[in-house]
Amino acid sequence: MAGNTRTGTGNDTVDTTTTISGLPIKPLYEPADLSGFDYERDLGRPGEFPFTRGVYPTMYRGRRWTMREFSGFGTAEQTNARFKYLISEGETGLSTAFDFPTLLGYDSDHPMALGEVGKLGVAIDSLRDMEILFDGIPLDQVTTSMTINAPAAILWAMYLVVAEKQGVPWDKVGGTIQNDILKEYIAQNTYVFPPEPSMRLIVDTFEFGTKHVPKWNTISVSGYHIREAGSTAVQELAFTLADGMEYVRWGIARGLDVDAFAPRLSFFFNAHNEFFEEIAKYRAARRIWAHVMRDEFGAKNARSWLCRFHTQTAGVSLTAQQPENNVVRVTLQALAAVLGGTQSLHTNSMDEALALPSEKAVRIALRTQQIIADESGVANTIDPLAGSYFVEALTNQMEAGAKDYFRRIDELGGVIPAIEKQFFQREIAEAAYRYQREVQAGRRVIVGVNRYQVDEPISIPLLQVDEAVQEAQIKRVQEVRRTRDNTEVRSRLAALRDAARGSGNLMYPILEAVRAYATLGEIMDTLREVFGEYHAPPVF
Amino acid sequence: MERKIRVLVAKPGLDSHDRGAKVVARALRDAGMEVIYTGLRQTPDQIAEAALQEDVDVVGISILSGAHRVLVPRIVERLRELGLSDVLVVVGGIIPPDDVPFLLERGVAAVFGPGSSTADIVAFIEEYVQKVRA
Repeated sequence: MAGNTRTGTGNDTVDTTTTISGLPIKPLYEPADLSGFDYERDLGRPGEFPFTRGVYPTMYRGRRWTMREFSGFGTAEQTNARFKYLISEGETGLSTAFDFPTLLGYDSDHPMALGEVGKLGVAIDSLRDMEILFDGIPLDQVTTSMTINAPAAILWAMYLVVAEKQGVPWDKVGGTIQNDILKEYIAQNTYVFPPEPSMRLIVDTFEFGTKHVPKWNTISVSGYHIREAGSTAVQELAFTLADGMEYVRWGIARGLDVDAFAPRLSFFFNAHNEFFEEIAKYRAARRIWAHVMRDEFGAKNARSWLCRFHTQTAGVSLTAQQPENNVVRVTLQALAAVLGGTQSLHTNSMDEALALPSEKAVRIALRTQQIIADESGVANTIDPLAGSYFVEALTNQMEAGAKDYFRRIDELGGVIPAIEKQFFQREIAEAAYRYQREVQAGRRVIVGVNRYQVDEPISIPLLQVDEAVQEAQIKRVQEVRRTRDNTEVRSRLAALRDAARGSGNLMYPILEAVRAYATLGEIMDTLREVFGEYHAPPVF
Repeated sequence: MERKIRVLVAKPGLDSHDRGAKVVARALRDAGMEVIYTGLRQTPDQIAEAALQEDVDVVGISILSGAHRVLVPRIVERLRELGLSDVLVVVGGIIPPDDVPFLLERGVAAVFGPGSSTADIVAFIEEYVQKVRA
């Protein structure tokens, strides 16, 4: 292939002229690469427009990023124990992984839940499970992130009722629901309802949060899963911010004041292998978002201009082969996220190409963050790479690439029409396939996979979630259905059905249904009845 | 002319991770096979039924949800019940090493985990189909 250089010890032709995303890079950057660069205009001071250097004036000197390990498996009891373990080891925020039946709004005894209960996250069927999940964890002293999308409003309602029962007022409760349905259609696939009612539910949470739970991030607009599905860095950046803009449009269309809800929008990015490209991506994201919010949406509150984000290291970059090497990969990825100014961080565990993390593996992942934070010194100076010819040029390149995609999405009629035309899905599948071929041709190196292989059995202890979890969970949900006031449940669900047919905010009837111990599946079925379900064509 | 190899790429259960399934489906198509992709959220019965209807030589199951110990054996059993015992069943995804023998004992011909080369998958399928057709 033209432009490639032969490197290394083997016969492989490794591509050193482009990033992992295919962005062309030069061997050397000089002042000419930054012609027209204007410090005040392009960067500004940290905490000042356009926030390229960071969203807060003091960044990590003021406060470290939140160390938040995504956890969830088995029953609520098992995950509660993992939460407490992580807190005792120095974790500073909680992050909940739900199992597939929960993500898709099925109770554990639904036929589609067979084999899936508690496997990839914790199983939550009703308020009862949520009470157990946060038992002994004061919700005014920890913030919780919940990776939940189609049923986000319901899980959030459960969390708020648990807070209520702990005696914690809602204005003291902080955390995040992912609540980003657009990227589900684009990449992650845990959608349930069609786009329009899904967007309505999301705007309902914006409105409700603004009024009642002011410290809650009502959405985490996510590029993480777009990247995991195979996108490039530029696609991740562009599609995520395009989604963010779509949510803002829907909020404004509802009649909400942009400055009332925009400060509670947050973002979530991937930290992949290509070190500098990732840092440039985060910096570009802040700059683009600040301009979009101020100049296109007319937001006047400076907090509306901030692209605050969580970062997770790239799950897809982990190898099953020589899994200990993943600790090193995660370290580099986490370092990129910190140098890029993330507000919170999840570091993956070395065993995640094989199973959910074992206790020891997740502790090493947390220690990785603690070593970066407390030993390396990198957190003591804000945006230390600013002014680097390379990093600034790459930041500009990322921004230009994203804006190019914004134009293409506009030409397709906006985000939802582009989803319906399979635009994002095809772009991502194309990039994923291209990368796979590059790896197989030896143009991209994966240590231990296409280079430096060893022939040895994998010998690290793995976490197992046994089938007894499903039985225990079925027993519990059936007991809840038996012991609650079923007349009240029926009337709450009927009220929700009526509200869904109308146009009122659904958070209120959802809260009432949750309080009566209506199950997640029952609430979701009620909404399915009114909204219908979304089916994507199986294209590849 | 010999019939092209027909492959059903299937996503059982609620698993939403489809990157691997799509990449493998494309690689098999580029290798000259006819590929049918079930899409997401398929029950074992639906997958076996699709294998019958589409008259495939191979069923490729992609699963990253941890439900493989329950769902994969059901697919294999259902294929047998439908008289499709000589359909090759291969599995890809996140499968802990200890579960590989479990799946092989239940009629899966091979498990392709993370880092597998699509060229290896193509070669494995071609070799099997040649043997069956010989």
